[in-house]
Amino acid sequence: MNGRKTLEPLWWGLFSAGGVVAAFLVPIHIVITGIAVPLGWLPDAQEIYRHWPVRLYLFILIALPLYHWAHRFQFALSDMGMRGIHKPLAVLCYGAALLGTVIAGWILLRL
Amino acid sequence: MSERTITLDVTRYRPHQEAVPTVQSYAIPFPDDWVVLDALNHIKDQVDGSLSYRWSCRMGVCGSCGMMVNGEPKLSCAVFLRDYFPRAIRVEPLSNFPVIRDLVIDMSGFLDKLKSVKPWIIREQEKPLSEGEYLQSPRELDAYQHFSQCINCMLCYAACPVFGLDSGFVGPAAIALGYRYNLDSRDHGTAERREVLGDHEGIWQCTFVGECSVVCPKHVDPAAAIQRVKVDTAKDWILSLVMPWGQR
Ligand code: SF4
Ligand code: FES
Repeated sequence: MNGRKTLEPLWWGLFSAGGVVAAFLVPIHIVITGIAVPLGWLPDAQEIYRHWPVRLYLFILIALPLYHWAHRFQFALSDMGMRGIHKPLAVLCYGAALLGTVIAGWILLRL
Repeated sequence: MSERTITLDVTRYRPHQEAVPTVQSYAIPFPDDWVVLDALNHIKDQVDGSLSYRWSCRMGVCGSCGMMVNGEPKLSCAVFLRDYFPRAIRVEPLSNFPVIRDLVIDMSGFLDKLKSVKPWIIREQEKPLSEGEYLQSPRELDAYQHFSQCINCMLCYAACPVFGLDSGFVGPAAIALGYRYNLDSRDHGTAERREVLGDHEGIWQCTFVGECSVVCPKHVDPAAAIQRVKVDTAKDWILSLVMPWGQR
């Protein structure tokens, strides 16, 4: 028995990893690409996105917080009275995160 | 000693005579060192013997006197009337539990949950008595000791909004108690307890509100226990994927 009958450890693991990314990396990234580059404090080095480690970093930066959102949103809706449709909500939220992951991966591959 | 008078608005519910709970007010003269429980005992002895509530030790040890005091879950033997005076004090039964009578809640669901996490030492193999006791170092004791301070007062359940929405949630005290045994160096029961702790109604219901740890009079920090069980369970889940043969 390793609790493998449920996928909850997986969703929670992605949720908490996404939380770490959202808390530590996203703010830094907003400062760099949202403020520092537009204001000219840093050069706009587009070619950096051609490097694979940078793409991997961007993939993590984009994908993991999606699972953080999916998990939180799903629980928030259940707590607000949608407990009865917990299952379809989970499919919808985690499904949206999965879709976002695929789209992010696809775009990053084609950069 | 100077005496002041404070008003207690106490929830009354006598199922044989009223369909819904009502509120009864009592004006109680009190000395400076009285706690809410003293006022209730005064009511019971001098004013209205029909008032029902639980208590035993009057010193924050037995865990039986938990009530909502002005909307917060408290041990009624640990909150002083003087800290509320001159305002009235609202005394209600613990939130989120069915009420049997007045301030007495039905704790049978809670007791079942405590039992469900197998709060005892589980051994793969018992040593024969002749080999002596299971020794433990002070460090091994430290690992779980503060999670073992729970007095089963249920304040954490009254504070937990998740338990309020879903009475099937195993809940803070029971999960912390299971975790206490998982941490015990003499125990081998982690995998067995996972069936309850790692279930949908176990740790995964918790959204880390954290109120349980705020109200706990014994600083057990059940919220931390729950998060740590989540981390351990997720780690073991990943391990079981990459090393399916390493079953425990
Ligand atoms: S964990 Fe704390 S609040 Fe909860 S039952 Fe135990 S002592 Fe009471
Ligand atoms: S009467 Fe024992 S804890 Fe309050």
